[in-house]
Amino acid sequence: MFKEDQLKKVQEEKKKWGGDLSKMLSETPERLPRFTTVSDLEIKGLYTPEDIKGLDYSREVGFPGVFPFTRGVQPSMYRGRLWTMRMFSGLGGPEETNKRFHYLLNHGETGLSIAFHYPTLMGYDSDSPNARGEIGKCGVAVDTLKDMEILFEGIPLDKVTTSMTINPPASILLAMYIVMAEKQGVSKKEIGGTIQNDMLKEFIAQKTFMLPPRPSLRIIVDTIEYCTKEVPRWNTISISGYHIREAGATAVQELAFTLADGIAYVDAAMERGLDVDDFAPRLSFFFDSHIDFFEEIAKYRAARRIWANVMKERFMAKKPRSWMLRFHTQTAGCSLTAQQPFNNVVRTAYEALAAVLGGTQSLHTNSLDETYAIPTEEAVTIALRTQQILAEETGVTNTIDPLAGSYFVEALTNEMEEKAWDYIRKIDEMGGMVKAIERGYPQMEIAEAAYRFQRQMDANEKVTVGVNKYVTDHPPITIWRMRPEIEERQLKRLQEVKRTRNNGKVKECLGEIRKASQNGENLIPHIINAVREYTTIQEICDVWREVYGRYTDPGYF
Amino acid sequence: MIAEESMERKIRILIAKPGLDGHDRGAKIIARGFRDAGFEVIYTGLHQTPEQIVAAAIQEDVDGIGLSILSGAHDYIFPQVIQLLQGKGASDIVVFGGGIIPEEDILSLKGSGVKALFVPGTTIEEAVKWVRENIKPRK
Repeated sequence: MFKEDQLKKVQEEKKKWGGDLSKMLSETPERLPRFTTVSDLEIKGLYTPEDIKGLDYSREVGFPGVFPFTRGVQPSMYRGRLWTMRMFSGLGGPEETNKRFHYLLNHGETGLSIAFHYPTLMGYDSDSPNARGEIGKCGVAVDTLKDMEILFEGIPLDKVTTSMTINPPASILLAMYIVMAEKQGVSKKEIGGTIQNDMLKEFIAQKTFMLPPRPSLRIIVDTIEYCTKEVPRWNTISISGYHIREAGATAVQELAFTLADGIAYVDAAMERGLDVDDFAPRLSFFFDSHIDFFEEIAKYRAARRIWANVMKERFMAKKPRSWMLRFHTQTAGCSLTAQQPFNNVVRTAYEALAAVLGGTQSLHTNSLDETYAIPTEEAVTIALRTQQILAEETGVTNTIDPLAGSYFVEALTNEMEEKAWDYIRKIDEMGGMVKAIERGYPQMEIAEAAYRFQRQMDANEKVTVGVNKYVTDHPPITIWRMRPEIEERQLKRLQEVKRTRNNGKVKECLGEIRKASQNGENLIPHIINAVREYTTIQEICDVWREVYGRYTDPGYF
Repeated sequence: MIAEESMERKIRILIAKPGLDGHDRGAKIIARGFRDAGFEVIYTGLHQTPEQIVAAAIQEDVDGIGLSILSGAHDYIFPQVIQLLQGKGASDIVVFGGGIIPEEDILSLKGSGVKALFVPGTTIEEAVKWVRENIKPRK
C-alpha cells in the first residue's frame, strides 16, 4: 500500500517517537502492564503504515459488493437500504407475543424475530413433564399450528420477513410457517425469513440439542434441499457465532468455530449431491457484538473475507452471491449486568454501533432488563430507539465501511483472519467440525476461555462497571413476569386441539415421518403434511428420538 | 491409623443444571473453580430433572448440591429438589444455588430451604469461602 521511501521515513520517525516515549514512560508509566481486548488479545499503543505494509488493497480490501467483500456485501450498503431492525421477541403465549409483534412494528421495527420458550426449543409440548416451570418464560409457547396462527394474526407475511431462533425442531416450525402463510394466501415461493437450524453450535455452545450430531445434520440438509427448490426466499440456516461467544469464547474462537461450522454444512449439502451455487446464496450467519469495539468490527470484516475465499477456493462456487457472508447481529447479552441495569443501554448502544460499522444486514439490540427476564414494553422501546437513533441521527450510515484504511483496524482485521485460519486448519486436521465436536475440542477451548475471563474479572484485571468497579447499590427495576393464567390457557388450548383434530390422520402422518426418517427420503413434505393436521411438535420429535436416539450432554468442564 | 482417621475427606459437591436452559457457562466456571479449590466436583451436565439430580446426589454421596439456573424456572425447581431430598431422608445435603434470581424471589427460596443464592457479581473465591464455612464432609 505504501512506497518504500514512504515506509522508510515512517520507520525513522517511529524510532524517534519510540525514544521520546521511553523517556516519558520512565517518569510516568502507562496505566496498565498490558492493554488487551475483552478476548485478551494484546493491542499496541500505536499502529502505523508499517503494520499494514503488505496489504494489497484490491485483493484483500477491495470494494463493497465485490470479492472478497471486506468492505461489505452490498455496493451501496446503508445508503441504499438500512439494516433490518429485528427485535428477538417472545413472551408468554402466542396472544401476548402477537401483541408485542404489532407493538414493535408500529414503533418502526422492520423485521420479526421469534423467541420460543424452552419446551418448544427442545422439542417438548407444554403438557410434557419436562415443561414444568418453563412455560412461556424465556419465549413464546408454540405447540401446534394453532399457536402459529394466533401468533401471526394480522401480520402480512408477504411484506414482513421472520427469523426463528429454533434448532432441533427447526424444520417443524418452518413447516408451520409455510402452512400458516398458505392459509393467509401467501405461497411458500413468496415468504421470506430465516430459521436458525444450526445444530453444530448447539453441541458447542447453546446446548438446545436433541439428536446426535449426524442425524441432526441429515435433517438440516433435508431443509436446505427442500427450500432451495420450494422456498426460494428462505434463509435455510443461520450459522451462528453468537452463542459460541456468549458461552465464553474469544472473538477469534467465535469467528473460527462459526466458519468451521459453515464449512461442515457446505460439505454435508454437497455430499447430498446439491450444487453449491444453488444453496450457498441462502446460507446466512449470525454474530455477537461484544463490548470491545474495534475487535468486533475487525471480526466482521475478517469473517466476510475468509468466507468469500472459502467459498471460491475451497468449494469452487462460481456465483458472487455464494461468496457473500450476510449476517445478523445481536448485541452481547453476556456483556450486560444485572447490577445498575440502566448502564446496559449505554453498552448496547456501543455494541450496536460496532455492528453497523462492521456492515451487519440485520440487528437486535438487547434491552436493559434482559439479564433478568423478557423485556418490558418500555425497555424494548428504548432498545429499538437505540437503533433508530444510530440509523437516522448519528451520520454513521452516510459512507460505507468508514474505518477501512485505519492502520489499526486493517491490522486487526488481518490478525483476526490469521488466527481464525489457524483454528480452521486445526479442525480440518481433526477431520472437520463434527469430529472435533465429538472429541469435545471446541467445547473445551470455550470453557477454558470462559474460566480465564472469570479469573481475570475476579482479579480486577478486567473491568465491568458496576460489577468489580464503581459498585453501588441500585433500586430493583420492574421486570416482566409470566402470569399463571397464560400457562392454563396454553394447556387448555393444546388439549382442545388434540381432541378436535383428525387423530387418525395425525397417526398416519407420524407413520410417514417415521418411514422417511428411516429410509432417508426428504422429511420436509411429510412434516408439512403432519403440521397441517395439527400434529404437535413433541409428537414429531418423539418419533425422531425413537428412531435416532437422544444426545445427552457429556458435561465437559 | 490415627493420622488417617483425623484426615477429613474432601468436600464433595454436585453441580447440577436443572431445567431445559442451556446456559452452562456459570455452572462450568464454578465447577472448575471448586475443583481448583480442592473440592471433589461432580457435574451433572445439562437438562436434568429434579428427580435425576437428587438420585445423582445420593448415589455420589455428596455433601452439597449447587443448582445453576438461568431460565426463570427456579421458583419451581429449587423447592422441588429440596422436597425430594427430604423424601429420601437426605435433607442433610446442603442445597445452594446460583443464576439470575430476582431479589424478591431470594427470600422465598431461602424460606423453602435453599441455604445460599449466588447472584451475578459473585467471585469464585466468595463461593469457595462460603462452601468451606458452611459445608462439612458428612460422616
